[in-house]
Amino acid sequence: MTLLRRDVVKALLAERGELLVVAGLGSTAWDCTAAGDSPLTFPMWGAMGCAAMMGLGLALAQPRRRVLVLTGDGEMLMGLGSLATIGVQKPQNLMVAVIDNERYGETGMQATHTAHGVNLAAMARAAGFASGVLVRDMAGVAALRHSLQQGAGPHFAQIKVAAEKVPLVLPPRDGALLKNRFRQALLGASAALQ
Amino acid sequence: MGAAPHIIESCRAARGGDGGLESQPLNAPVATDIDWPLATHQVLARLGFGVVGYVPDAGHKRLIELCQADARMRSVVMTTEEEGIGLAAGAWLGGAKCALLMQSSGVGNIVNALGMVHECRIPVLIVVTMRGEYGEFNPWQVPMGQATAEVLRAMGVAVQQANAAAEVPAHVDAAARLAFGGYCAAAVLISQRVIGIKSFQEQAEQ
Repeated sequence: MTLLRRDVVKALLAERGELLVVAGLGSTAWDCTAAGDSPLTFPMWGAMGCAAMMGLGLALAQPRRRVLVLTGDGEMLMGLGSLATIGVQKPQNLMVAVIDNERYGETGMQATHTAHGVNLAAMARAAGFASGVLVRDMAGVAALRHSLQQGAGPHFAQIKVAAEKVPLVLPPRDGALLKNRFRQALLGASAALQ
Repeated sequence: MGAAPHIIESCRAARGGDGGLESQPLNAPVATDIDWPLATHQVLARLGFGVVGYVPDAGHKRLIELCQADARMRSVVMTTEEEGIGLAAGAWLGGAKCALLMQSSGVGNIVNALGMVHECRIPVLIVVTMRGEYGEFNPWQVPMGQATAEVLRAMGVAVQQANAAAEVPAHVDAAARLAFGGYCAAAVLISQRVIGIKSFQEQAEQ
């Protein structure tokens, strides 16, 4: 049975504790919001291709916190070089999870390269990630939750989901607001004085 | 009387006086007694930059090596300069200051991502070594080099230009304060006059 994106994201974010989340633009950001908006989720509305590197910057700045980048296959394809950069840095507290519906969801559901067989998980492994898995069922998602909380990364997961249209559940759009609420929740009131 | 005499005079002065343009090859860096990469690294360390992202570059070679050797800074080698904008934004979300070192050609690779910096008011220091301006020999470098400052300004980045080695550390210090005081991106463009004009022939002979 094909995975549904909202089920996957909800499962990954359930009881998230101190997890820090960067959500790539488009559907994965809406998925995160549908699972429950949080100040410690930074949903991107632009800068396509930059989500994984935001995760790296955050993971390096906060080595004691777990960082999850949730992004789409199209967004990841635009920043493939960042897999190599993360593979060199090897932050143990980072996981990049690609919700792969093999489509550009915001522009008319056109096929991405993964629809033609491009294997992002294999690319991540080849780039030096500690793990790179292709996930097709909820048992695989449960295993990812375990790696997310305990395993030494960087981890990469390419999670195949159905190419479905789901209701829009939008986070705030104001970039400065999203940044400030994240920093305040993470760093405390002193963040405003840095 | 074609060339403006005061320009030649100022070049002479910048090169340290009596030798002047006539006695020095154009592709040598302007004579100086300041070690700008060392002084610039000291500025970055003093201001508490914890992350330095870079794409390898001849002009930044020594500064990159100094940052790599400094345990207080995490040096991140990138495949393209655009990665640096994500890196800097993520670092700032986590409370760390990030500086990016790139060549002027790399500025062309960060344009769209700068939209996030502007919209989210994320502070970032960008130190750019110029190509395609003072005495450039490679025509492919000229269009981006000539457009660098304009492109940065068009995306809301504050731009400062350092034309002599002695100016670089102070410019970097001031731009960093502007960026992190003003929650914006600020760039220092280091002229080819400072770095020396690249000549493949000379490199081959080294």
